[in-house]
Amino acid sequence: MFSPEFETMAPAKRRELQLERLRHSVRHAFENNAHYHKAFSDAGFHPDQLRSLDDLRRVPFLTKQTMRQNAPFGLFATSMKQVIRLHSSSGTTGNATVVGYTRNDLDLWATLMARTIAAAGGSDEDIIQVAYGYGLFTGGLGAHYGAEKIGATVVPISGGNTDRQLMIMRDFGTTMLACTPSYAINLADYAAKHMPDFDFRKTKLKRGIFGAEPWTEGMRQEIERALGIDAFDIYGLSEVIGPGVACECSAKSGLHVFEDHFLVEIIDPATGEVLPEGEAGEIVYTSLTKECCPVIRYRSRDITRLYRDGCSCGRTLVKMEKVRGRSDDMLIIRGVNVFPSQIEALLMEVDGVEPHYQIVVDRQGALDNIEVRVEVDEALFSDEMKVLEALSGKIAARMRSILGISAKVTLVEPRSIERSQGKAQRVIDRRHLS
Amino acid sequence: MHLTQLSVFLENKPGRLEHVLQVLANEQIDIVTLTIAELRDFGILRLIVDRPEAAFAALRREHITSSKTEVLPVAVDIKPGSLLRLLDILSRHEINIEYMYALSGKHESQPIMIFRFEDLAAAREALKEGDCTILSCNTIQNG
Repeated sequence: MFSPEFETMAPAKRRELQLERLRHSVRHAFENNAHYHKAFSDAGFHPDQLRSLDDLRRVPFLTKQTMRQNAPFGLFATSMKQVIRLHSSSGTTGNATVVGYTRNDLDLWATLMARTIAAAGGSDEDIIQVAYGYGLFTGGLGAHYGAEKIGATVVPISGGNTDRQLMIMRDFGTTMLACTPSYAINLADYAAKHMPDFDFRKTKLKRGIFGAEPWTEGMRQEIERALGIDAFDIYGLSEVIGPGVACECSAKSGLHVFEDHFLVEIIDPATGEVLPEGEAGEIVYTSLTKECCPVIRYRSRDITRLYRDGCSCGRTLVKMEKVRGRSDDMLIIRGVNVFPSQIEALLMEVDGVEPHYQIVVDRQGALDNIEVRVEVDEALFSDEMKVLEALSGKIAARMRSILGISAKVTLVEPRSIERSQGKAQRVIDRRHLS
Repeated sequence: MHLTQLSVFLENKPGRLEHVLQVLANEQIDIVTLTIAELRDFGILRLIVDRPEAAFAALRREHITSSKTEVLPVAVDIKPGSLLRLLDILSRHEINIEYMYALSGKHESQPIMIFRFEDLAAAREALKEGDCTILSCNTIQNG
C-alpha cells in the first residue's frame, strides 16, 4: 500500500478530513474562479453554508457542457504562472475539454497513480511498460509519473508499434503492463498471428493495469489467460484528474475510490436526486485538494454503484463497481436501455467468440434496428452452414432473452472491424446522422 | 485416400472472392474446382486445389478465415440413374450427406462428384462395398 495512513483511515476520521478539505475546495473555487462564483451565487449558495458533507447537495452540478463552454481555461482557479501542465480529453462525446495542473496537482496525481500501481501488486522492483498513449491524453503521462513516484523502472514506449512492444517486453523483462484492455488483447492477437515463437508465459510479465475504456469480467479472463497475468481495472477521467481516481486491489472486486481526494455521490441521472449508497446511478465527483481545476459536483455520466464491503485488502475506501457504461453511451433500442458492456459480456459467454465486435444502430422508418457484427476467426469457423447459422442464432437468442432486444447478428471476416491502438469504437449509432 | 478441400469464410461484399483468388494466384495455386454456398450476409467458398497445404498457409498469412475439410471424390457413370444408385447405397447404410457438388473435370470420361459426409470412414466402406470408384487425391489434384 502506498499511502496506508489514508487508504486504511477509520471512516469517521476520514469524513472529518473530507469535510475540512471540502470546505476549503469549494471556497477556493468560489473565490478564484468567475464561473463557479456566478453559478454558486445564482443558485443562492455561499461556501459558508457548508457545515456537513450533506450540505454539498445545495451546490449546483458542473456538467460536461459547461466545461466545454468554458474551454480552454475558463474553469482554472489559479494564475497561468502556477500552471505547469495542460492535458485535454479525447472528447469522445464531442468537443475536447482542457485541464491544467499546478506542481502540487501533478504531485497529487503521481501519488494517486503510485497507489494504483501498489494496489495491483506493483512496487519499486517492477519494470513498467507504459503503452498508453503519451501526449494530451492523460493515460500515458499519468501512469508514467505514478510509476516513477513508486520507484519502478519506467519503459515509456507509448501506444502502437505492436511488434516493438512485444520485443521490448521480452528483452527488457517487463513485469507490469499499463494500456487499454482492448490494446492488451490486440497484443495477444498480434503475437499469436505474427510471432509464433513469442510466449507470454516465458516473459517476466506478471500483472497489468488496464483502463480508459469500459471492459467486462469476461475480457479480464481473456487477458489473464492470453497474457498469463493478473489484470486490474483502473479508472479515471481527465476532467477529474486523469487515471488515479479509483483502482482495483488484490480482491479484484470493485474499485476503491480515493475518497480522501475525491468525494463521490450517486445521483439519478434523470432527476439529479442523490441516491442512497448501494444504488446504481450516475457518479458525481468533487475534488477536495486540486488547485488549478477544482471540480465541484462534476457529472461524469458514468453509471455505477458505490458500496462498502470491508475489503480483504484492508482499505476502508468506498468501492465502485466496474463502470456499467456511460449515460451518453447508453443505447435506447425501441425503448429498452442497453449498455454496450452488457452486449460484450453476453458475447464472451458464447464459446469461441473473441471480443472483436461492433454494434451498429440504425433507424428504418420509425423503428430502431440493432446489428451486432462479430468477427469469425479460425476457432469459430465451421465448414458447415448449419453450424454458423446456429452460432448467430444463439447470440441473437441470448440477446433476446437476457437484454430483451431483437438484434440482427452478422458474422464478419477477421479484421474487418477497425482496430484502434487506443479506444475501441464499439458502437456506431447512425440514428442521429439522418 | 481422401481429398483435402479448403473452406473459406467470405462476407457477401464486392471484392471478397477476388481477394481470396488473388492470394491463391500469388502463390501459384491451381484451382481444380470451386463452389460457393451462400446465406444472406456471408458465404462459404469451397475449393479443391493442387496444393492445399500451401494454399491454406497463404490464406492464413492474409488473415482469411479458412479450414481444411476431408471430402471423398467418387466417379459416376454417364448414364441415367447412376447417381441414384450411389445415393441408394448410402441411404441403405444410413449415411448422411452434408453436401455434394460436381467437379468440372472428368476422370476417364466419367464425371466426378465430391461428397462431404458426417462419417467419412463409413461412407468409404459402403461405397467400396457397392463397387463405386473412389478416386485418389493425386488423380484429382494433378488430373
